Amino acid sequence: MSEQNGSDTLSTQLLKRAAPGRTDFEDLVILPVLAVVVALVLGGLIMLATGVSPSAIGRSFVALFRGSLGSLTAISETLTAAAPLTLAGLGIALGFRAGLFNIGAEGQVIMGGIAAVVIGFSFEGMPIWIHLPLALIVGALAGALWASIAGWLRAATGAHEVITTIMLNLIAMRLVDYLLRHPFIQKEGRADPISKNVLPSAELPHLLDWVDPALRLHAGFILVLLAVVFVWWLLFRTTTGFEFRAAGLNPDAARYAGMRSGLIIVLVMALAGALAGLAGANQVLGVLGRASPNFSGGVGFDAIAVALLGRSHPLGVLLAGLLFGALQAGGRQMQVSAGVSLDLIAIIQALIIIFIAAPILMRAVFSFALQKTAR
Amino acid sequence: MDIELRGITKRFGDIVANSNVNLHIRAGEVLGLLGENGAGKSTMMNVLSGLYRPDEGEILIDGKPVHFRGPGDAIRAGIGMVHQHFMLVPVFTVAENVVLGVEPTGVLDHLDLVKAREQVRQINEQYGLQVNPDDLIENLPVGIQQRVEIIKVLFRSAEVIIFDEPTAVLTPQEVTEFFKIVRALRDAGKALVFITHKLHEIHEVADRISVLRAGKIVGEGLPGQTSDQELAEMMVGRPVVFEVEKKPFEPREVLLDVRGLTVLRDDDSVAVDNASVSIRSGEIVGIAGVQGNGQTELVEALTGLRRPSSGTVTFQGKDITQASARERHRMGFAHVPEDRQRAGMVSDFTIAENMALNTYYAPPYSRGILMDWPKIYEDSARNVVAFDVRTQSIFTPAGTLSGGNQQKMIVARELSRDTKLLIASQPTRGLDVGSIEYIHKRIVAAREEGDGVLIVSSELDEVLALSDRILVMFKGRIVAEFGAGARKPSKNEIGLAMAGAVA
Repeated sequence: MSEQNGSDTLSTQLLKRAAPGRTDFEDLVILPVLAVVVALVLGGLIMLATGVSPSAIGRSFVALFRGSLGSLTAISETLTAAAPLTLAGLGIALGFRAGLFNIGAEGQVIMGGIAAVVIGFSFEGMPIWIHLPLALIVGALAGALWASIAGWLRAATGAHEVITTIMLNLIAMRLVDYLLRHPFIQKEGRADPISKNVLPSAELPHLLDWVDPALRLHAGFILVLLAVVFVWWLLFRTTTGFEFRAAGLNPDAARYAGMRSGLIIVLVMALAGALAGLAGANQVLGVLGRASPNFSGGVGFDAIAVALLGRSHPLGVLLAGLLFGALQAGGRQMQVSAGVSLDLIAIIQALIIIFIAAPILMRAVFSFALQKTAR
Repeated sequence: MDIELRGITKRFGDIVANSNVNLHIRAGEVLGLLGENGAGKSTMMNVLSGLYRPDEGEILIDGKPVHFRGPGDAIRAGIGMVHQHFMLVPVFTVAENVVLGVEPTGVLDHLDLVKAREQVRQINEQYGLQVNPDDLIENLPVGIQQRVEIIKVLFRSAEVIIFDEPTAVLTPQEVTEFFKIVRALRDAGKALVFITHKLHEIHEVADRISVLRAGKIVGEGLPGQTSDQELAEMMVGRPVVFEVEKKPFEPREVLLDVRGLTVLRDDDSVAVDNASVSIRSGEIVGIAGVQGNGQTELVEALTGLRRPSSGTVTFQGKDITQASARERHRMGFAHVPEDRQRAGMVSDFTIAENMALNTYYAPPYSRGILMDWPKIYEDSARNVVAFDVRTQSIFTPAGTLSGGNQQKMIVARELSRDTKLLIASQPTRGLDVGSIEYIHKRIVAAREEGDGVLIVSSELDEVLALSDRILVMFKGRIVAEFGAGARKPSKNEIGLAMAGAVA
């Protein structure tokens, strides 16, 4: 009897989670924040080196802040820019979790966008509650199918997804050029490659119209928040997510546990593609209203950085997406009011990723402030 | 050369790996260092070989204190280490491997392999090592590769040689040969340290014994005089039962019947050649054999991880040759894989997640596609207690557990459900005495509950202790069977069969 009680107390104790240690906090919060700060400082130094005066540098950082968070317009712009980055970033994070390095978000964004546009300009007179969801779903499906090609190739033939997704990106880019000149898609009376306009019934409604019709924030952002919750739920609450994570961390152990790796790979790629496709649909239905060459604007590539910065955790991806969205929105302001090129933002984003990817470097630089030091 | 470690303390953060360790290593003597995994043996030897710097204490060579700034200093001082995992380039010859890093060179930095071969030959003759300097490493058996490692340290003029678990990878015959070499080195005046957790080996080869537990030297002994019981108690810190207690052998119906099974490796070479095995309820069948003779592939075929090219596997009268791993799991197969970290667990998963690794797909651990985490946590906590996995919390990543606790976690996962057949490969490889004792007890308990058990092990002692029936595998074939009859087969008989010497 007493032994029974003893083992019961013991098992109760085992159910206690250790409070996140100081080093966890460093890994998840302090290091990314430091990376951003260091990247901004280095960005300033680069400006200095390229002959920008210190006062202009000061003004550009003020503009960066104002343009991203300084007003309702700025916040609206930040969220608008963050939406596709977060959606595609979630897809890439899902791949990372399952051990797949999906470079193909860009192609998947393009395919999703073009498919959503086609649905968007067709079906005149369809009510919005059918038309808009249909356009979104078809966009997601197009991305999913496009990504599944790489997934299937990996599962069936072992072709590495890094190679196949890069190639599929190139094909998607050229394919969209062709499609935009196709009479069915090309806008009537235009010689340049540009699609017909999305009908109002397929547009993502603006959320802040009641404040100011110029605010671009649209319902796509609600979709983003839903997607964050969905990916979190999928990864940590479902058997499918359990399989994804096991296969990603130790494919051999997953196989020994009876999981079917081929199926997992195809499924993960399809879901990642669906999220990227949704990002493309989000752009054409919420912001652009039509598709043109390069309408994706490299979202699929920036999303890789977002997934890395977000440590492949849905919440982290959301925060990273918001940061990158803020940099983009603020960067435009910086260009306008301080005359600093938007390319600087690309450099800062790249620096952030380099510092995130080199935690040992960061720990060495900040060894005075961090507990866990570089070995 | 004499080496003395005096009051060595080494800490990693809050963890004290070595605490005030005193050790004396003398020329012409074999010091046996005994200790469980995680007792601090490796830390101590890494201090001695210059990889770690001690926080306190000093190292004296022939009475004079020395300070090693790195492994290079230790090598120059004459300390050599033979690691458990060999560090050889497979496509190089013996001579090339030996001189790697300290190559004799001639005019214009020309690599002088003639001289290298000559030097290797000299060392060879001096200690009777019988290694051909021109052989490629990849063509050599493990036992010879180990001798190449020994030549490497001798070539660097080592006077002190540390062997880290040197017999773990050897066949019984190779172990005998290895001990001869150790004695030859000792007689030549070298100082030797022999790290192990196997008691019988330490009696056979050591001149003195030191026992390390939880970073401290807890006792000393003399081979032949200090009993196994005493040594094991020092090592584990409590009395240890050696004999595996088994109820009398009462086999019932045949559970698994394998007929004419042939399995190919990935490169299409034959791994298992026309093997037939049957396992009955309440029976432990042991498969002995040197690693790489097809045991891995046999187990993979039996557990549904590899398709056999011919033959049949029948389980409870049903043909399951084509059944998947998951289907067999549902039928009551339990599998403890040979490489626990690669195949048995996900290091970055928590203990609880690992406990559900292959049972997650059905009730009670999931409903539909939804995981039932509270149920998983509850059962994990219970099994952690029941199977003596030492941990603070079930939310600890499994990779941070010691090898013994990782294995207990896997055994807990496999045996805590209703099983009919247990297939365990190398179930206690690399584990300490306490964990081995525990896992053996669990395996026997499974037999007593009426499970059929298949044990695959390269530890002959283990196969002998557990099995009701022993099969020996050599080059993919089952070359000998030692029944459960009155007479227990001798180690030598089985050892010979393992080496392929069967009439």
